[in-house]
Amino acid sequence: MSKKSHEKPDVPTTGHSWDGIEEYDNPMPRWWLWTFYITIIWGIGYTIAYPAWPGIQSATSGLLGYSTRAEVTAEIAAVDARNAEINAQLASTDLTAIKADPNLNSFATSSGAAVFKTWCAQCHGSGAAGAKGYPNLLDNDWLWGGDIEAIHETIRVGIRTDEHFDTRYSEMPAFGRDQFLEKPQIEAVVNFVMSLSGDPLDASTVAEGAEVFAGNCASCHGEQAEGDRSQGAPNLRDAIWLYGGSYDDIYETVFNSRYGVMPNWDTRLTEAQIRAVATYVHQLGGGE
Amino acid sequence: MKDTVKLIALGLITLFAMIAANYARDLAYMVQALIITLVSGGLFIWVLRGVGEEKPAISQTEYMDDVIRAGVIATAFWGVVGFLVGVFIAFQLAFPVLNFEWAQGLANFGRLRPLHTSAVIFAFGGNALIATSFYVVQRTSAARLWGGNLAWFVFWGYQLFIILAATGYLFGGTQSKEYAEPEWHVDIWLTIVWVAYLAVFLGTIIKRREKHIYVANWFYLGFIVTVAMLHLVNNLTIPVSIFGSKSVIIYSGVQDAMVQWWYGHNAVGFFLTAGFLGMMYYFVPKQAQKPVFSYKLSIIHFWALIFLYIWAGPHHLHYTALPDWASTLGMVFSIILWMPSWGGMINGLMTLQGAWDKLRTDPVIRMMVASLAFYGMSTFEGPMMSIRAVNSLSHYTDWTIGHVHSGALGWNGLITFGALYYLVPVLWKRERLYSLSMVSWHFWLATIGIVLYAASMWVTGIMEGLMWREVDANGFLVNSFADTVAAKFPMYVVRGLGGVLYLSGAILMCVNLWLTARGAQDRKVSLTTAVPAE
Repeated sequence: MSKKSHEKPDVPTTGHSWDGIEEYDNPMPRWWLWTFYITIIWGIGYTIAYPAWPGIQSATSGLLGYSTRAEVTAEIAAVDARNAEINAQLASTDLTAIKADPNLNSFATSSGAAVFKTWCAQCHGSGAAGAKGYPNLLDNDWLWGGDIEAIHETIRVGIRTDEHFDTRYSEMPAFGRDQFLEKPQIEAVVNFVMSLSGDPLDASTVAEGAEVFAGNCASCHGEQAEGDRSQGAPNLRDAIWLYGGSYDDIYETVFNSRYGVMPNWDTRLTEAQIRAVATYVHQLGGGE
Repeated sequence: MKDTVKLIALGLITLFAMIAANYARDLAYMVQALIITLVSGGLFIWVLRGVGEEKPAISQTEYMDDVIRAGVIATAFWGVVGFLVGVFIAFQLAFPVLNFEWAQGLANFGRLRPLHTSAVIFAFGGNALIATSFYVVQRTSAARLWGGNLAWFVFWGYQLFIILAATGYLFGGTQSKEYAEPEWHVDIWLTIVWVAYLAVFLGTIIKRREKHIYVANWFYLGFIVTVAMLHLVNNLTIPVSIFGSKSVIIYSGVQDAMVQWWYGHNAVGFFLTAGFLGMMYYFVPKQAQKPVFSYKLSIIHFWALIFLYIWAGPHHLHYTALPDWASTLGMVFSIILWMPSWGGMINGLMTLQGAWDKLRTDPVIRMMVASLAFYGMSTFEGPMMSIRAVNSLSHYTDWTIGHVHSGALGWNGLITFGALYYLVPVLWKRERLYSLSMVSWHFWLATIGIVLYAASMWVTGIMEGLMWREVDANGFLVNSFADTVAAKFPMYVVRGLGGVLYLSGAILMCVNLWLTARGAQDRKVSLTTAVPAE
């Protein structure tokens, strides 16, 4: 046993017994009591130093003059002040010249990555690989152009948004729903489109589909189905599909059309931020 | 005469519930109205069949233990249900595919999460508190429960509340207030049941034959009274229609948030702390067969706890629209609360003075000691997390979830298991538990489960907190939210496994208690016989 016996038969009980339970009349442990007192004293001091006690109209503001809002405002202001110069430089440098300035390029890329992960990742994915209906930004396939100026413009004005007058706009007809084409014609053109980058579901209708394509689709997607960036018409010759390349997916696209929308960011981001995120997207791998 | 009144009341309730089911504006309300129709209709027939029959005379000198036996069964049952749902939703977070397409709007994470929290806090914890408080108040007052069958009304009324709350969550009838999700009509029913509970408890204390009120009863009474107040104030809503679930809360904006967390934090303080301390103050000295360590400490820490806890709620709203002064006060009171909380732990642990050898021989004591240790840990962690600077890292992360579970699984769970292991042999008049080695297994399964749970949540919580604030050399954020979610995956699996262990322990307990109640004999050598060392 230790030097002090754990048995304390000399401590009296309070003399009550409930269902056989008695209570010792031990004093409160000193360390417990003192820690309790110290926290109380600390608490009084803290409430004098910081905003704490409410009155009728307002509360005490504390000797330190601390406030959470002032703190976060100061932090943001400090970052803004630190980056003011380089942001101004970014906003005024020619887009194509950003890459040539290593310092500016490094700043734009890390700033752009933060913008992307905050505003763009929800649709395009945090790795920018996209998802069905949301373009992959890592590959070489661009709907509206992949040089930095085109990317910058797309981010600035958005796509098919009601919020911007100059937004990038085009609309594919709903060939089935609006009865421009009969069902067999749609089936044929779907098979033709599939045959451009892989195997069609039914090879016997490909020739017929080519005719339908020439008459109805080529005006936007091009004679060779190579696409047209001036109106965001996708290249159909590659195996990259925004809405899926299965027979059913393409059928749905031709029948009902698609209408992807991207917000315009010029009202939410600064010019420097738009340029930064354009730089970030441009250097992901597919930039032209 | 009494039967006639009952029949008229039940008939009217049945009729109204049928009308309500017919005019119901939403699915949750309709299902709940149908449940009430079935229950009140069934009771109507039951009362009708018993009219004129002689009621068996009840000895007023005996303790009322039937309702406690029922409460013990309900506690064990809801415990397993609550832990099972918890394990499932833990794996839903790790593997989102478990949010099955066919079960959308019924068994997806959003619907099951409040089902889990309410099942463990209110169904498991609530039944444990009601059953043990009925047991303790009778024994320590040397009086039968006041109010005759009112105690049965409290028991069955509370089970009905649980069913109504659960159907509400599954079918989408919720007011979206954490731990206060049930809608207005369910709240009204709980209020009625709770007032009856208060009446039974207080009535028994008033007619006690002991001169003084035992400390456990102070805690139980503090819990009952405060929970009534919290429930009423936080659920002040205006129903949109008498035939629909939807209601509009009378507070708006930051006032609503403040009332909600005043409620939410004190649900922890008075339901999960004060109530369970009442449990501790009876079952620990009973099991250890030792006097309580210090009467003075119990008085001081009781009043300090009651006075301080009620102010600590604003620490849930640091760095929000809540004014700084309220946030400061919430933090300061939380830190001053540290020692009053620890008073209960000290009194429990020091009660074992001179009986520490029982930790080796009695796994039930071991469970209670571990429970007090977890209590001490989480009541230290809580004040620490309430500090603004710590909170700026911990808030909204899994650290909070880990903190809650080290308290809930460790303190509330283990002390309840300890109480159940004590109660079942006594209530079913058996000499001892069926198997102490099963209790030992339960202890280790539960403890390892809690450690896996809490440790994985500390790791993932602090990790995501750090990832959220990580900035690069230029001062820009490095991670997207999805990056932090992806990084948490391994820890989510560990957490789920911890839950599996904890659940298996609880199932083992149910088997053990069941065999004890049935009077089965363990074929192995009785542990009271001397066994040579291996």
